[in-house]
Amino acid sequence: MKLELRGITKRFGALTANDHIDLVVTPGEIHCLLGENGAGKSTLMNVLYGLYQADEGEILLDDEVQHFSGPGDAMRAGIGMVHQHFMLVPVFTVAENVMLGHESTKAGGRLDLDAARARVREISDRFGFDVDPDARIEDLPVGVQQRVEIIKALSRNAGVLVFDEPTAVLTPQETDELIGIMKQLRDSGTAIVFITHKLREVREVADRITVIRLGQVVGEAEPTASNAELASLMVGRAVELTVDKTPARPGADALVLDDVHVYDLNGVPVVDGVSLTVRAGEILAIAGVQGNGQTELTEAIFGLQPQVTGRIVLDGEELTGRTVRQVLDAGAGFVPEDRQHDGLVPEFTIAENLMLDRADGEPFVRLGALRLKDLAAFAQERLRRFDIRAQGIGTRVGRLSGGNQQKVVLARELSRELRLFVAAQPTRGLDVGSIEFVHEQIVATRDAGVPVIVVSTELDEVVALADRIAVMYRGRVVGVVPADTPRDVLGLMMAGEAPQAVAA
Amino acid sequence: MTTLETSTTGAVVGAAGPRRSWRVVWIYGVLTAIALVVLVGFARPGVARFGLATGSDFVQLPEVVLPGLATGIVVALVAIACTVAAVLLRRRDRHQPLWLPVVFAVALVVGLLTWATTGAGQSVPLPGLLGGSLALAVPLIFGALGGVISERVGVVNVAIEGQLLAGAFTGAVVASLTRSLIVGLVAAMVAGMLVSFVLAAFAIKYLVDQVIVGVVLNVLVLGLTNFLYTLVLVPASATLNSPPQFSPIAIPVLSAIPVLGPVLFRQTVIVYLMYLGVVAVTIGLFRTKWGLRLRAVGEHPQAADTVGISVGGTRFWNVSLAGAIAGLGGAYLTLASVPSFTRDVTSGAGFIALAAVIFGQWNPVKATLAALLFGFASNLQNVLGIVGSPVPPDFLLMLPYVVTIFAVAGLVGQVRGPAAAGRPYIKG
Ligand SMILES: Nc1ncnc2c1ncn2[C@@H]1O[C@H](COP(=O)(O)OP(=O)(O)OP(=O)(O)O)[C@@H](O)[C@H]1O
Ligand SMILES: [Mg+2]
Repeated sequence: MKLELRGITKRFGALTANDHIDLVVTPGEIHCLLGENGAGKSTLMNVLYGLYQADEGEILLDDEVQHFSGPGDAMRAGIGMVHQHFMLVPVFTVAENVMLGHESTKAGGRLDLDAARARVREISDRFGFDVDPDARIEDLPVGVQQRVEIIKALSRNAGVLVFDEPTAVLTPQETDELIGIMKQLRDSGTAIVFITHKLREVREVADRITVIRLGQVVGEAEPTASNAELASLMVGRAVELTVDKTPARPGADALVLDDVHVYDLNGVPVVDGVSLTVRAGEILAIAGVQGNGQTELTEAIFGLQPQVTGRIVLDGEELTGRTVRQVLDAGAGFVPEDRQHDGLVPEFTIAENLMLDRADGEPFVRLGALRLKDLAAFAQERLRRFDIRAQGIGTRVGRLSGGNQQKVVLARELSRELRLFVAAQPTRGLDVGSIEFVHEQIVATRDAGVPVIVVSTELDEVVALADRIAVMYRGRVVGVVPADTPRDVLGLMMAGEAPQAVAA
Repeated sequence: MTTLETSTTGAVVGAAGPRRSWRVVWIYGVLTAIALVVLVGFARPGVARFGLATGSDFVQLPEVVLPGLATGIVVALVAIACTVAAVLLRRRDRHQPLWLPVVFAVALVVGLLTWATTGAGQSVPLPGLLGGSLALAVPLIFGALGGVISERVGVVNVAIEGQLLAGAFTGAVVASLTRSLIVGLVAAMVAGMLVSFVLAAFAIKYLVDQVIVGVVLNVLVLGLTNFLYTLVLVPASATLNSPPQFSPIAIPVLSAIPVLGPVLFRQTVIVYLMYLGVVAVTIGLFRTKWGLRLRAVGEHPQAADTVGISVGGTRFWNVSLAGAIAGLGGAYLTLASVPSFTRDVTSGAGFIALAAVIFGQWNPVKATLAALLFGFASNLQNVLGIVGSPVPPDFLLMLPYVVTIFAVAGLVGQVRGPAAAGRPYIKG
């Protein structure tokens, strides 16, 4: 199915998120949409999917003008969308999720679950997915949930498939599999729109590339274009793709973890005897495939895990058993992995989110009352410095684009005197320009003599930032290696193999 | 329901909460221990007598005489067996079937009744005890069905009390005026639905906090019916507040079953509607398109929206349906049990129905069982007072609630309501 968008304009109050955007996607093509955080990519796709009504412009499918008053219409017309935050009911089975909204029924309105199961199996077999129609969504790993989303779209014979940042939550292997699936779909004649911030993926699958900046199409690029060319087209200036940093000058041992165990609700150890030392003024990167205990380890440092044994010491001060408040007061800054759940209150404004961790005293609260003027000035400054793209400091954080939400968290955590900085997936969902900025900030924090832990599943990021690398596998540290360790060695370590020589 | 509970990725499900499930086993154990101490340790000499017959029975059954101590021992043994079964099932990571707690509860209730009436002056009229319990449970069950539907679609329904009361009032007045029970019944449903409209409008359209709207509605309906009752109904009670009364209809064969037959199948149309309602809502929720969409909207409204289901519409109409069902429960109070409306005739039944919804884990069948338990608890005191039990009735009245608290405490953390209940849905 051929998709054509003509002059799509979408405004949110004074902000024009999409400004006369034209886009053509032909069948059997993977069309990449590139653009900075807040450029308007998701907005455009939401217009296409009927979630938003365009203020101007029209949508054509196979040269016929469409009028979508809701996602139901768009879906019936053959548009499928794989949302970044999956639109699946967690307590339903795969089959129930796939049939929802276009259920086939037997006599008396009873659900025909067998038909739905058969449909799931048929599509799974066609594309070689391994998805059990009777599995419950909440029991499935993220990668499989995403496949369910794809099956959902295909089961309605979608001729146009939209993937909005599908790889942000996937492991490298899952990403490779998804790319394979996308190519397969393309070859079977589906028109695909693919949004990502990872230039490597773009060059691997894109047939055509359209770049959007500030709501406008700024140009097309060839898939053969270099990373630097793509990046500068997106951001409008040259971008440093490699982190510019001097060798670390580490000081004394600052954060010491000694035989730390973290147990989950069932008493199963998820962090299993980790001992690590981070020195002042160095970045220790914790690498590993998602779900090997990194998240729990960082949460344990901040008193966010209920069952922790072992010792966690910062500058000679015991952190184990402290409350979150006490850990923050000890000068620790934390960028949690899941910004939407743990890092922000979406209903609050940017300004309010920027002072969340300092709601009980100076400088923003005096005698129990908020000092709004100081807060406003502070928030304005942060907004400017971290280049948060929003209408103003009064904008609700839930309305920001994904990347800008992440910047709000960073802006808050990096605005205090720190004695420890822990960032989990600090650049997830960020565009290349923002990644450059965040990396600079992290390096600057290190250079100010703060011990820094960066948890990342992206090898690129690990290699770019680390002074030393710890690799975690199944709750244990496989080894701590220098930053210049070859990638294939790191890859093996991430699969659980001990390094030949444990250096550093 | 079965498809919801089975899963092939057993490992992940198993990891979800073995510890918490052990808590249920603990509750079996504690209750069994209490039963042992009370029923066997504190057994009193003598016998308990149970009358099984009602006057109009086809076959007149003799009285059943249970020796106090022996019954206590048997019940304790059954309780121990249930506990062992629970332990074994838990060990094998199996699901606890619904019959297990039911058998357990029935055994404990028999034990308790026997214990409490051993040495009492009169025999306990069993059909009367059960029938009275059902009568008290009917409005609770209707209310709970309404509650289940509305919470499952994502709207917390605190207004059940108001819906019951509105149904009771309107049913009585309309039936008095028209002299037609059917018209009265329909009017009661409409009244319950109107209360729902207000709840739905404020909660869904204007995004007002659902609990607050519910509480306000309850107060409003109570005030309004009190006002109209004193001002209008009392002076003209002959024309406005003396509706005809539903008379029981005996279902041929079924009503001849000893003991349970007359209790369950010599009932009014409203009760038969209730049986139908429980079955229909259960099948509807878990087996039909209507139920799938309803639950999707209550669990993940955005997901429902993106597949073209109207969240607002689904919520609105199902909350209205819930109100209509609760209205029927109100009508039972004024058209079946007593043919007239009195001030605050529901006296908090709506709140107990709400408790039944939660205790029943948002499942229509379990909520019905919970409502029956609450009905039984309220009726127990009356009956034991009449037969002259040597145990202080207040103590007995307390016991079922103690059991309930234990049971609910065991369920906390294990049951999970609809994820989006109480949260308004804002598009985009
Ligand atoms: N519902 C809304 N109300 C007001 N403003 C909005 C709304 N949704 C998006 N915006 C604004 O529109 C702009 C475009 O946002 P959009 O989510 O489309 O960006 P994006 O290109 O997808 O960015 P990212 O790469 O970070 O996901 C942003 O400035 C955002 O704050
Ligand atoms: Mg986006």
